[in-house]
Amino acid sequence: MTSSFRRALLASAFVAPALFGAAAQADPVKIGFLSTLSGPSAPLGVHMRDGFLLAVKELGGKLGGQPTEVLVVDDELKPDVAVSKVKALIERDKVDLLAGVVFSNVMMAVAKPAAEAKTFLISGNAGPSPLAGKACSEYFFSASYQNDQNHEVMGKYAQDQGYKRVVLMTPNYQAGKDSMAGFKRHFKGEVLDEIFTPLGQLDFSAELAKIASAKPDAVFTFMPGGMGVNLVKQWSQAGLAGKIPFLSAFTVDETTLPATKEAADGLLSGAEWAPNIDTPENKAFVAAYEKEYGVAPSLYAAQGYDAARLIDGALKATGGKTSDKEALRKAIASAPFKSVRGAFKFNTNGFPVQDFYVVKAVKRGDGAYVTQTVSKVFSQAADAYAAECPLK
Amino acid sequence: MNASLLALQALNGLQYGMILFLVAAGLTLVFGVMDFINLAHGVQFTLGAYLTASFVARFDNFALGLAAGLAAALALGVLLEIAVFRILTRRSHLEQVLGTFGVILVVTDALRLVYGPAPRSLRMPEALSGAIPLMDGLMYPLWRLAIIAAGLVVALALWLLVAKTRVGMLVRAGSTDRETVSALGVDIERLFVLVFVFGALLAAFAGAMAGPLLSIEPTMGDNVLILAFVVIVIGGIGSIRGAFVAALLIGLVDTLGRAFATDVLKLVLSNATASAAGPAIASMLIYVLMALVLVARPAGLFGGNGPS
Amino acid sequence: MIEAAAFRQDEPLRRPLRAAALVLVALAAAILVAWAMGNAWWLSFLARVAITATAALSLSCLIGQAGLVSFGHAAQVGLGAYVALIAGEYGIADLTLLAPLAFVVVALWSAVTAALALRTRGVYFIMLTLAFAQMAYFIMQSLSRFGGDDGMALARRATLFGAPVLKTDLGLALAALALLAAALIGFVWMTETRYGLVLRAAKENESRALASGFRVFRFQLYAYALAGGVAALAGVLLANQAEFVSPSYMNWHRSGELIVMVVLGGATSLPGAVIGAAVVLIIEEALGHWTEFWKLGLGLVIVAAVLLRGADLSALFGRARR
Repeated sequence: MTSSFRRALLASAFVAPALFGAAAQADPVKIGFLSTLSGPSAPLGVHMRDGFLLAVKELGGKLGGQPTEVLVVDDELKPDVAVSKVKALIERDKVDLLAGVVFSNVMMAVAKPAAEAKTFLISGNAGPSPLAGKACSEYFFSASYQNDQNHEVMGKYAQDQGYKRVVLMTPNYQAGKDSMAGFKRHFKGEVLDEIFTPLGQLDFSAELAKIASAKPDAVFTFMPGGMGVNLVKQWSQAGLAGKIPFLSAFTVDETTLPATKEAADGLLSGAEWAPNIDTPENKAFVAAYEKEYGVAPSLYAAQGYDAARLIDGALKATGGKTSDKEALRKAIASAPFKSVRGAFKFNTNGFPVQDFYVVKAVKRGDGAYVTQTVSKVFSQAADAYAAECPLK
Repeated sequence: MNASLLALQALNGLQYGMILFLVAAGLTLVFGVMDFINLAHGVQFTLGAYLTASFVARFDNFALGLAAGLAAALALGVLLEIAVFRILTRRSHLEQVLGTFGVILVVTDALRLVYGPAPRSLRMPEALSGAIPLMDGLMYPLWRLAIIAAGLVVALALWLLVAKTRVGMLVRAGSTDRETVSALGVDIERLFVLVFVFGALLAAFAGAMAGPLLSIEPTMGDNVLILAFVVIVIGGIGSIRGAFVAALLIGLVDTLGRAFATDVLKLVLSNATASAAGPAIASMLIYVLMALVLVARPAGLFGGNGPS
Repeated sequence: MIEAAAFRQDEPLRRPLRAAALVLVALAAAILVAWAMGNAWWLSFLARVAITATAALSLSCLIGQAGLVSFGHAAQVGLGAYVALIAGEYGIADLTLLAPLAFVVVALWSAVTAALALRTRGVYFIMLTLAFAQMAYFIMQSLSRFGGDDGMALARRATLFGAPVLKTDLGLALAALALLAAALIGFVWMTETRYGLVLRAAKENESRALASGFRVFRFQLYAYALAGGVAALAGVLLANQAEFVSPSYMNWHRSGELIVMVVLGGATSLPGAVIGAAVVLIIEEALGHWTEFWKLGLGLVIVAAVLLRGADLSALFGRARR
């Protein structure tokens, strides 16, 4: 109870001084931060927000040397709610930049009004394929990844392991379908079955029986948030752990591990970050995050942290000005910050070119469960849609 | 699809149905006897899961944690009864819907405030954490069998209580003819509190039993609530027997639909169409079932006879 | 028409009309002020209030006048939004065609489902309306051509006789206000016609209305279809306002919220539904700006309103019920 309650207090206590600072200073930078903070998927949004706020705090409440006000709003995972809140941030609060967004359906809804208002939007997680390809925008940058990529990692891994027959299971929505497409891009074996479950389903007994009877070489799944917690627990209860390799993306990470604990031990995922990536920035980030919030950071936290530091670097380059859009765009595109992931640069479509890993859930010395890199699958990889983007 | 898979899926459906029955039993009694629409009944399910989880973690003992969790959930339920529901029972259905909807909002956000948005987990007791091989390659968790057993025991006990005891007789009578019962000198208010407390206890118990299978988060009661309403409407309001039959029906239809709808459609449609339509039809099945039952029998399967 | 005369006595048309005019003038004034101050956000918020109020109003007509509690009214709004989306994909984006299309399609859907749901009463009716709404929800969720569960951005905002009247925030707010005004005055007027009186008579005592020779079933069916059609028009505007349509518009939570607005505003008062919608949206906006736990506040307000004054905001404002 206390840790999360304190965290909520900390977050609000943090915004308050920033507001007072705003009154004193002439021209503070205003950032609208959109995240999913209610409902079963809230932990993802909380991590992303906390990572972002941690970076701002470490920089003394300033980005690019400018006093900064972060307006955190909850999109409730409802695209229409998100649209009206983003419009409020732009039109009422006159924010200089937008950042955040956990889910792709929310992103698809808010990217258009943001671009129409010529407001830069830095994604802290969602990277839907249209925004990487045909519908790419000069006002959109991703501090995370393109949606397909972490699934591609697992497809490549399955192919490299020589798995011949796999079952795929995802929620029945666009990101689920994209996930299967991403997996199949590098996997050439047979897909025995593609199981779509209703979004938000929590009991997987029927699906697990189906999987067990199909006897695949491996299973690949994408079940973010609470769905992942349940799937992993039920997978272990059904005695399938250790028998059928369980490959996933956005399912086993530091947002779900506190709930699944040993049930997730040894499960593999595709990711572009893990707490053990050996850079000085990452070590400092992980230690600071754990000190501040009392839990291990997830990739969402790392992306939020990077997003804030990207904005910081870009504002430093423009001398804190956000009015000259072209200058700001050039500054962001040069990725003027040290990512906790190590090497990081932007492609022409505003998506990162970076490394991807297979990561494994392990128990750390202090008893906490975290992910850990096993092997690097892609080096400095770009996404599959960049060629379709007309931007140069 | 082979026979053992079908049998296993039927077992899964049965287990799901038992959880629904535990929630629906209280709902149908409160509705049937007190004529009170309690949307906040799902809150008891959530509270049962949360409180049991935190007490099990504190005592490191499932039985002790369950007892403490249920007691605490019950205490909160009684508090709500005294502060809010008691007044609402004298109001119109619409005001009951509005008031209890407000209670859902309050409790859901209060839980998020207290426990944080991260899902909680509930460790099942060691003795029942094992699994037995029921099908080649798949272990069936003992816990799911324990839920089925618990559901059957509760159903039997409820039937005995309602059909064979004096209190049960009063409950049956109270639901059909309240005036006569109170004219006979029975304290109808106390009877109502008894029924309410019992229903809340069952829902909290369902939450605690489902806890180890689900991730425990503040909105977990919402969908259970809607399904429980589907169950009591199909079964006929006020009917325990109806709730039991309907809960198992819904559990089976939903589970078998999810398991086989796409495969069945593939027999008649192209693969792509089948995998697009399959999940939609599977999700819709229980509502189609409810519509069919109500169009044929406008008061549900066992409706119109009071608790039976 | 003995009943009709009795009703006419307790319900002079003037009072609800005066309340309706007051509500509309207040909203129009707010829109004007927001426009004069050049506050785009307030304009779009007021447009959202007017659109939501129209949806709540059509539900209020069912609940308060006809006694038909629908727990699936958000589906009607959502289906209207989907008509706008799908027609837009096929190049139909002029309101002269779009509005009648949305009205007719959703009114037909409402009539067909009501024909089945009206076989039942009370909570059984409530649950059947939920069942049909859930079916509509899952059908739209499975249409991956139109965004599936994620939803889809509208191709472009609708026009009127080729003029882009909904392009600006002011245009949209005024269109929403016009729709609300037409619906509110229309419904208030309808309550005083023979048709409205029969609906209320059937609500108070169905068997007596039947015995008086009224074809209650047909009257209720028409009411349900009409309310669905009006909700669909609100849905068309909602799609244009968000420029985005998704199945979440049809989620049962939204249906529940509409009921809350209607009952909070006083179930039997049509202008009350408008006030209820405005109050809920304002609470949501004001608290949401301040804390992420705004639903706790909304819940407390609702519980307090029910317990203290009997679920009627208009009573809180010192206006008599009905």
